[in-house]
Amino acid sequence: MLILGLETSCDETAAAVVRDGREVLSSAVATQNELHAEYSGVVPEIASRAHVERILPVIRSAVELAGVKLAEVDAVAVGHRPGLIGSLLIGVSAAKALAWSLARPLVAVDHVHAHLYAGVLGRAEQPGFPALGLVVSGGHTSLYSVRGWTGLERLGATIDDALGEAYDKAATILGIPYPGGPGLDRLAQAQGANDRAYDLPISRLGPGSLDFSFSGLKTAVLYAVRGVPDGPDGYARDHSALTAQAKADVAASFQRTVCRTVILKLERAMDRLAGEGRPVASLLTGGGVTANSRLRTELGAFARARGLQLFLPPMGYCVDNAAMIAGLAHHLAREGRFADLTLEPMPTTAC
Amino acid sequence: MKGEFLTASPEETLALGQALGRALAPGLVIALTGHLGAGKTLLVKGIAAGNGLPDTRNVTSPTFTLVQEYEGRLPIRHLDVYRLKAAKDLLALGFEEMCAAPGVVIVEWADQMPEAMPHDTLWIKIESTADTTRRITWQTSDPKAAARIRSATPAGAPNCTRRGIAGEGPDDQR
Repeated sequence: MLILGLETSCDETAAAVVRDGREVLSSAVATQNELHAEYSGVVPEIASRAHVERILPVIRSAVELAGVKLAEVDAVAVGHRPGLIGSLLIGVSAAKALAWSLARPLVAVDHVHAHLYAGVLGRAEQPGFPALGLVVSGGHTSLYSVRGWTGLERLGATIDDALGEAYDKAATILGIPYPGGPGLDRLAQAQGANDRAYDLPISRLGPGSLDFSFSGLKTAVLYAVRGVPDGPDGYARDHSALTAQAKADVAASFQRTVCRTVILKLERAMDRLAGEGRPVASLLTGGGVTANSRLRTELGAFARARGLQLFLPPMGYCVDNAAMIAGLAHHLAREGRFADLTLEPMPTTAC
Repeated sequence: MKGEFLTASPEETLALGQALGRALAPGLVIALTGHLGAGKTLLVKGIAAGNGLPDTRNVTSPTFTLVQEYEGRLPIRHLDVYRLKAAKDLLALGFEEMCAAPGVVIVEWADQMPEAMPHDTLWIKIESTADTTRRITWQTSDPKAAARIRSATPAGAPNCTRRGIAGEGPDDQR
């Protein structure tokens, strides 16, 4: 089955053609980074307008790169939730128009669920179920129990900041320019950076909780860099007072704390599912923060130690893309889960 | 009209939020300011809970999502302009429509674009005074909003104190 997938939930305008949920024939992504650079982030009006301008050229190039004809496509899939409504609307409208004009079925895909599929793309083997799912990105930090591609249950999520957001804000506190995640990752890997120099807190959130919290860590980084406030408006210093060594130490300590937090929650989730008679066979991961070098290493070590089959996205599929949409759509289509032309974008995830 | 609260812990800041949530009136626009890690999202969690949202786990930072909505006695729209740079970007999100709708609008980092905020906005600023203690000052030109915030009484927060601002009189009735 040949599926054309579209993705417009945030910054990226993307289209991809994927065969049988695995073979990526093309994955075209037009990022709006240059447009957003001066705004240090997503501006909804710009995002919608840019999606409108780019969606057709991106679809055309995805189809051409795949070496197929539009008429050969068996279904059209679109990420319809969660995201900015104005942005999602462009992808949803384009997908509906294509499905209608080609007389092909339409498949609606939850963008966060699709992130869990990114690690499966291009791999020969399929994950064993039940699986544990981890999505870590700028907007989402969630754990899932995955009984199958159409049976996802959210076990926990962040109660304050998403992990990618925590990276960006810690980077801001350290004076690293936006987007700070990759810059903080590089700084943490600096020669001689000591990841135990700062004792930063791990938010456990009570025994057994599978939710995440990163706002306390953010505050701890703030105090590590600027000192504990000693009165009204009272910070002794800012990041410019720190030596390069101290900054690298803060970055490395932050990374270590983040990874320990994620691994702790994965362990808890595995224990809970095993206790419920659902022992986990594989670990599915996705989202922009899975591009982080240390997190990749630690997830690898964790999966080996626990005997889990690990699915980490290739670097190009960590961030938003349409191949993951078309890939997951294959499994939805096989189960006959189609949408009709009344499909509307939704701001929140299904679960 | 101004006033302030002092809270001794994150739990007390949450309790203050709950008291504010119970005191909300339709049409109120709250501008929330304070440095990274001050506790803005925490206060909003309390406000959403006080307004009747049973499970506040979905009350999270809207930095990336930009707008989030919470159910309760009054619908709450929770915005974050941290990543926006100009008032027109906020307007593009439908901010004016949100302010005109029945319900409450809360904007984090509103000090980045004060010109976009309605004139009768309730401004709330959170400052760290030490590791876990916070000074929460409020200011508004709307007497009804001021009366409501003065009526807010945090429950189970013995160290949360309420003060008028120096020079504003004992109950800052000016």
